[in-house]
Amino acid sequence: MKDTLFTIKSNRLIAKNTSECVLVGDTSDISASGQFVNIKLDGFYLRRPISVCNVEGDELTLIYKVVGKGTEVMARTPVGESWLVLTGLGNGYDLGRSGNAPLLIGGGAGVPPMYLLCRKLAAEGKKCTVILGFGSKDEVFYEEEFKALGADVYVTTVDGSYGIKGFVTDAMDGIDYTHFYTCGPEPMLKVVYSKSTTGGSFSFEERMGCGFGACMGCSCKTITGYKRICKEGPVMQKEDILWEK
Amino acid sequence: MGKMSVNLCGIELDNPIIPASGTFGFGYEFAELYDINILGTFSFKGTTKEARFGNPTPRIAECTAGMINAVGLQNPGVDKVIGVELPKLAKCFDKKVMANVSGFSVDEYVYTCEKIDKCDQVGWIEVNVSCPNVHGGGMSFGTSPEAAAEVTRAVKAVTTKPIIIKLSPNVTDIVSIAKACEAAGADGISLINTLLGMRIDLRTRKPIIANKMGGFSGAAIFPVAVRMVYQVAHAVDIPVVGMGGVSTAEDVIEMMLAGATAVQVGAANLVDPFACKKIIEALPAVMDKYGINSLEEIIKGVK
Repeated sequence: MKDTLFTIKSNRLIAKNTSECVLVGDTSDISASGQFVNIKLDGFYLRRPISVCNVEGDELTLIYKVVGKGTEVMARTPVGESWLVLTGLGNGYDLGRSGNAPLLIGGGAGVPPMYLLCRKLAAEGKKCTVILGFGSKDEVFYEEEFKALGADVYVTTVDGSYGIKGFVTDAMDGIDYTHFYTCGPEPMLKVVYSKSTTGGSFSFEERMGCGFGACMGCSCKTITGYKRICKEGPVMQKEDILWEK
Repeated sequence: MGKMSVNLCGIELDNPIIPASGTFGFGYEFAELYDINILGTFSFKGTTKEARFGNPTPRIAECTAGMINAVGLQNPGVDKVIGVELPKLAKCFDKKVMANVSGFSVDEYVYTCEKIDKCDQVGWIEVNVSCPNVHGGGMSFGTSPEAAAEVTRAVKAVTTKPIIIKLSPNVTDIVSIAKACEAAGADGISLINTLLGMRIDLRTRKPIIANKMGGFSGAAIFPVAVRMVYQVAHAVDIPVVGMGGVSTAEDVIEMMLAGATAVQVGAANLVDPFACKKIIEALPAVMDKYGINSLEEIIKGVK
């Protein structure tokens, strides 16, 4: 875990209410896909936890939904400005579980962490299938980027305006996979849990205080005890998940 | 004694900086970030007789210059604190730690304090009679002088270490409660715990926090804390540990001028894990700037 300044190299809208930001700084503590960073913004007391979309050298790519005042400020921040960023947070995805044909399922703001995961799995020669779920056509992003990694990509939209009509789980039929990795809203995760036929890795979201395990703000109950989503998570294994709150 | 050292209930601290309970775990996670032996000490995670999960999530809401939490005293219970957490802490912290104890009955306070009193690693026991998060819990003790005194007396009867009673600000007259604790044998008073607060989500029209209300902390509450530390420190003869929104070395000096012998830093640790390290490093220059030769000399130095 490091707390260092990152400079904004680019920051642009790539879909409806969705921004992609490339930051330059010390990425050395980001050790796994599925980890997150926590960003300090002027005028806000708590930091903004954002999942890592990609890391290459000293460049860190984040994709975030503009949903509140904090992310609105982030989206407006011009190139050249800097943010203090805590890096290396959370456990991240375990590549060792993937088998030869992993399935990656991302919904909305859960799509970004799938990118670095897919890149790493593809680099290991794994045959990745990716399902990306969105509300409608104007929210779709990164379809081509995943294809460029050599993955089989399915896009779903709830209103049917693009790709397969329905939810990510409507695209799961007929796909053979050895393990799945997923990130998205909790109702989506629950359906993926029910429909899946193999072991799987789920990434969870919760309102956080600190993001590094100190405040116990994001605790959850699991089969193997209480866990902090920011520290022992955000990735939990299927066999460990308790859905009741 | 060094320029920054202070004496808290008979134990010398190298400096007055103490990470507050609930913002620093059991220390060892911060020890991965910096040498926590630079701290005066720290107050460990609030400990109860039995293990507790605490409240449902969401437990956190952001505010202007602060935050609300309703964690609900999540902790592994006193036996695991002593058997698992303190041995882990011993590997990275050489100083006496401040234990923090909560309870839901006088008997629970007594049970937990008696066990913790036997730990060599513990220097002080901070008794939380003010946590606002648990229904029917600590709140009731901290809101009446009689109940706070009853806990103080009962805990003092079974312990040998200094007992510091941590008070709630959510009361009509904090001075009367502090004085009742002093009369009941308390060795020190710490304040303020969080202020009861609430936020509502405009989209869902529901409280942001699952528990509806929670403890408001952070820079925004600093003036309230300074006022209450001032009032209590000028009414009792035992040491006062000041806390509430402390974020900078200047805040530490201000809190000590108001009457604090030592100063706890809480929410600031959650925003910046290096907050206490930065404050300790900044203190000498800030002391020089204001012509302060020794921190001990400025305690209750407000004119």
